Parts: sequence; C-alpha cells; structure tokens
Amino acid sequence: MIENLHLWCIPLLPFAGFLINGILGRRLPKWLVTTVALLAPLAEFGMLLNAFQSIYFHLGLPYAPRGILGYGINGYVPLPHVETFGNWINIAALQVDFSFVLDQLSLVMLLVVTGVGFLIHIYSVGYMSDDEGYARYFSFLNLFLFFMSVLVLAGNALVMFIGWEGVGLASYLLIGFYFQKKSAADAGKKAFIVNRVGDVGFLIAMFLLVANFGTLTFTEIATKLGQAPGWTGGVVTVIALCLMLGAAGKSAQLPLYIWLPDAMEGPTPVSALIHAATMVTAGVYMVARMHVLFDHSPFALGVVAIVGAATALFAATIALVQNDIKRVLAYSTISQLGYMFLGCGVAAYSAAIFHLMTHAFFKALLFLAAGSLIHGLGGEQDLRRMGGLWKRLPVTFAVMTIGVLTIAGFPPFAGFFSKDAILYAAFLQGPHGRMLWVVGVVTAQLTSFYMFRLWYLAFLGKSRNEEAHPHESPWSMRVPLVILALLSVCGAWIGIDRSGGWINMERFSGFLAPVLGAQGAEAGSAQLELILSAVAVGVALLGWLAAWLLYREKSTLPEHLADTLPNGYKLLANKYYVDEFYGVTVVKPLLGFSKVFLGWVVDVGILGGIAWLLGGMATFAGAILQRWQSGNLRSYAAWLAAGAAAVLLFLLVPWGMVLASLPAIHLGMAGH
Amino acid sequence: MSSFLSQQVPLSWYLMLSAILFSLGVVGFLIKRNLITVFMSIELMLNGVNLSFVTFAQQWHTVKGQIFVFFVMVVAAAEAAVGLAIIIAIFRARSTLAVDRIDLMKL
Repeated sequence: MIENLHLWCIPLLPFAGFLINGILGRRLPKWLVTTVALLAPLAEFGMLLNAFQSIYFHLGLPYAPRGILGYGINGYVPLPHVETFGNWINIAALQVDFSFVLDQLSLVMLLVVTGVGFLIHIYSVGYMSDDEGYARYFSFLNLFLFFMSVLVLAGNALVMFIGWEGVGLASYLLIGFYFQKKSAADAGKKAFIVNRVGDVGFLIAMFLLVANFGTLTFTEIATKLGQAPGWTGGVVTVIALCLMLGAAGKSAQLPLYIWLPDAMEGPTPVSALIHAATMVTAGVYMVARMHVLFDHSPFALGVVAIVGAATALFAATIALVQNDIKRVLAYSTISQLGYMFLGCGVAAYSAAIFHLMTHAFFKALLFLAAGSLIHGLGGEQDLRRMGGLWKRLPVTFAVMTIGVLTIAGFPPFAGFFSKDAILYAAFLQGPHGRMLWVVGVVTAQLTSFYMFRLWYLAFLGKSRNEEAHPHESPWSMRVPLVILALLSVCGAWIGIDRSGGWINMERFSGFLAPVLGAQGAEAGSAQLELILSAVAVGVALLGWLAAWLLYREKSTLPEHLADTLPNGYKLLANKYYVDEFYGVTVVKPLLGFSKVFLGWVVDVGILGGIAWLLGGMATFAGAILQRWQSGNLRSYAAWLAAGAAAVLLFLLVPWGMVLASLPAIHLGMAGH
Repeated sequence: MSSFLSQQVPLSWYLMLSAILFSLGVVGFLIKRNLITVFMSIELMLNGVNLSFVTFAQQWHTVKGQIFVFFVMVVAAAEAAVGLAIIIAIFRARSTLAVDRIDLMKL
C-alpha cells in the first residue's frame, strides 16, 4: 500500500500559525502566541519525521546497515513521492500543476529547515520576550517557514518561484523588523532590491525553459535532457547561467552578496534562521535541484565553481577585520555559501548539500551564541568592547567554542567532514580543480583565523568594557544552543561510511544519489583523501596559531600591522569599497536618471502636462457651457422650442429629395 | 358624429387651428414676463394639442385620442393646482411674478 503523506499540510501548518498570530496576535495572551508559534514548526517537523520513518523504518529496522537507498525505492512510500493538487496554468502546450515532490533531497532540506527552525523558534521565545512586536515576529517567522516549505517541496520551477519570492518577502519583513530604525528599514529594502536583480535571472531561465523544453517540471526536464545526451552548451548554458544569477542573488554570491551583511539589522535569531541556516542556502538547493541542466553545461558549472571559490575567499578576507560580531558571522556565511557553490560547480552536489546541512547546524549555533552574547551584554555587538566573557557566560562560551572548532574544520566536528568532501571533490577535477582547491584551503585558513580572532576577542583576555554586567541567557535560549552544539559535533557522522575509506561520505551521497545522480569519487583514493584532509586541518591549525599570536599573545600586533599596511587594512575594513562602487556605478546613475528623466521629463513634463491640459480643457469648456445656465427661464424655453423646431425640421423635410436636387443646383450654377 | 366633421370643414382646418393655438402658446411662453401669463400659455399649448387629439380620433374612428385628451386634462388640472400654489408661494417670498427676476438657481 502506498501511503498518502498529505504533503499540503506541511506548508499549511506554519501558514495557519502565521494567520492566527498575524491577525489575532495582539489580542491573544503571550503564552498562546508562543504555543501557536512553536506548534507550527514542531507539527511540521513531526509530519516530516513520520514521512521519513514510513520510508526508513518500515522494514522494522532501526537503521539501515548500508545506505537506505534501496528501502526508499522498494519501500512503503516510494520516492520520489509526488502529490498534485490540481492544474494551475493550462495554456496550449504549457501545463503547470500545483505539485509537491518529496524525495531524498527535499526531505533532507526540509528536515534541516524545520528542525533548525524549531530550535530557533524556541530560542526566540527567550530572545524576543521583551519585544513589543512579539506576535508579529512569530507570525513572520511562521510565514517564512511556509514559503520555505513551498520552495523546497515544489515539483516545478514555478511553484518553487512562489516560495522563492515568498522567502524574500519574509526576509524583507524580518530584516526590517525594527522598522523605526532607518538603517533596518534601508537594509530590508536593499535586500529586496538586490534579490530582484537575481530573480530576473530566474525568470528568464523559466521563460527559456518553457520555450525550449515546453515544461517547468523538474522530472520532465531531466527526462528530455536524458533523451538527448549530446545536447550540451548553447541554450542550456544560457539557462544554467540565468539560474546561477538567481542563485547568486538569493545565496549572496559575487556580485550580488552586498545585501547579506546589511541584513544583520534584523533580530539575531532571524539572522541565524534566514540569513545563515536556511533561506540563503535556497540558491544551493535550486542549483542541486536543477543539476541536470548544469550537468549538460560544463561552462556553466565552471562559472558556478569559480564564483563559489571567489566568493569564499573574498568574503573571508573581509571577515578578517570586521569588528561587529554579527558582521563577522555574516561574511563567514557568505564565505561558507561560496564553498557550497564550489561543491556544486565541481558537480559534487551531495557534498554541497551535506555542507549545507552541517553549515545550518554550526552557523545557527554561532549566530545564536552570538545572540546570547549580545543579549547578555544588553545589545553590545562591537568585539572591541567585549573580552573575558568566558567566566560570566560559561554556557555561551562552551557552545561558541564548539561552533568555532566546527567552522574552522577540526575533526571530528561536522564542518570538517563536509568541507573536506567539497575540497576533495574539487581536487579531483583536474588542474583547474586543484587551483580551486588551493583557494578553498586558503579560505579555510582565513576562516579559522577570523573565527578564533572573534573567539579570543569576545571571550578571553581582559574585559574592555567596565560598565557591562553580562548575564547568562534564560533556559529557553540555552537549550537550543546545547542541541545545536550536539548537532554540530555529531551532525556529520550520519554520513560516514565505515566500510569505505576512513572518512568518506558515501552514505550521505548514496542516500541522495537517486536525485542527484551518483558522484564519481572513484578517481581518488583513501590515501589522497587522508593527505588532503590533513592539509586542511594543518592550515586550520595555522589559522588558529595566527589568531592566538595576534590577539592573545601580542595584542598590540594587529594595530601595528594595520599601521604598516594602511592601504591593505583600509581596503578590507571598507569591504573593498564594493558598496561605494555599486553606489557610483549603479545607484547614482539610476537615481539621477529617475530624478531628471523620470521625475522631471516624464512625471512633471509629460504626465503633469497631460493632466494640466485635460484640466484646462475641462475648465475652458465649463466656462463656455455655463453661459447656457443663465437662470433665465425663458431662454431655457427658447432653447427647448428651438430644439423641437430643429427636430421637426429634420423629420418633416424630405432630406432625400433635397440632397438629390443639390448636385443639380450645383451643376446648374456651374453652367453659368 | 360624422356630421360634425362635414365636408365644409375639412380636417386640415382643425389641425391648423390646433397649430395656431399651440404656436400662440409657445410665443406667449417665450415673450411674456408675468408668471401667470406664462402659465396660461402652457394651458393654451396643452389645449392646442388636445384639439389635434380629438380631431384625429374623429378622423380614424378610434377612442384612443379621446382617452388621451382626458389624461391631458387631468394632468393639466393637477398641474394648475400645484403650479398656482407654487406661484403663490413665490409671490409671497419675492413679491414679484416677473420671470426674469426669479433666477435664484443661477450660478
């Protein structure tokens, strides 16, 4: 028997939460708002676990000994499990259904989204407890989960686009949550507008898909491409590049990354959920979902890999000198997303998704720990005004340490496995791949350096802020932190296949293989992998050492370095002047164009002129016509009589005969 | 009844009289200044039309025209009642019946 999983419930649960809290939230007591807000993701997570177990546990086995791929196919719920809820668009050859697909990829993604999402909901209960917009906050958070579920479950590109735009909306609402603050409102707008640029790419890709494939359904695209194995490059490359533009907008890659650091104006749990763990990874998910297109276009894959690697390095260098703790984490998020794109670009999609998962764990952990720190310090975000906090905030310190070790890539923490899987896949891609590998390794060292810099500045040394009275966060914030810390430590172990090499990720990629295709890791060897991961750990240690030297041992050295290399430091501290560059090249000309052409010529000149002209004509006509309204009864009567006379004349005179005789008169006159 | 419309008085004479009465009414309406005279001109027009109605009714041997005449008379009577009341009200309010001076509705 095939079980119906009622996939429509999955997104609708948080949507119900959004409606209840959004409409009634102000009048409901706080505990009820909390209950509704927490139940939505919890129920969603429960449904997914249920779906998962009907795939996974139906044979009565608590776990599968070697991959669960086989059971997925033959089991209780065969994957992919498609549910269609009716036809949406039906125009000639174009058929678009409302369809949801649950397969290995969307299952992993949704479990991460709802699992981490639920933890962050719990955390938010503590973090936002004093906020006036408590209900509004949770309704937006539930709205985000709704759209994210639609995005992940979508069975075709158009349904995915609904979720895609929807998470953008939720992100905008939550970045601008403190809308009284101008910087927050501006950051929200910036995120929204920059994302629009990427969405143009997604839209054009969809148009091209309809034009060339006649369908937007993922499976049908894959089928059509499968029937034409020789079809590479050309329009497929264009589609893939447009998709990549969309992904770069959503996932904050070069050149559209600029909105993410500003998005840190939102509440910290939002930064953790939307701008680190889930929404920004939607681009990676989309590329993985459409991977057949990329597989048919080596050029587009190369672009993805290079953009990913470049972003990883670029963002990591900026993160080196940031002083706002959330901005360090924001740039580190961009950098880690770059790793994921690097993974996609070398066709190691499952490694990218694996890193997506572990990154969701450890980056959510880091953000929430930073939030706990900020909360404990009463809103202080500047690393230069922290220090020596490990005694005052022991739990935060402990989980933050785990997070730092994870992102720096030390075994056996989760980040090590996933980052290594990507770097290893890159290394196997020939000479170009080795260059990307070098970039990745350098980035890994920088990552380790700036994370330990943050760690030393915030927790060790002497306190640089005497007025602060730090206090540990309430339990509702500490519990999710501890769970996420556990996940950051053990999260990657589910992928380990002990029968293969010593750390190969066969089990995870085997699970995803039906969706993403089998990935050729055969070219390498366990030995090579061992060496490469040793190198990665080595550079991470070097980064740690450098951070220790600079910020613990000789704390005057950073300033000395900044003085000796003023230009380099300025360049980094000002984030390569990219915002300024966009300001001069895009924003200023656009504003000037809007002001001069659209504002003066079009608005005042053309539109205003037309309105003025119409108004003037009406006034003029009125001035003439008002003379009819003389108030003189007899003149009205005279007009009436004249009108009646005219009608009579028209009816009684035989016009046909008159007209017939006219030419004769005319001719007669001409005759004279 | 056929003796009423004899050969000596043809149809067109009745119609001409009707038209003359109607035109007198129109001219009176247009040139007289006194509201009461204007009002009487309206009655004259109505009666000119009445004459046409009965003429044609007689000519075509139908009663429709005569029924119409009754209707016109009823309406004229009602109009006279309401109209005279309004005229009295206007005279009380403005102490004049000159049509030219009753122009409060003017812009």
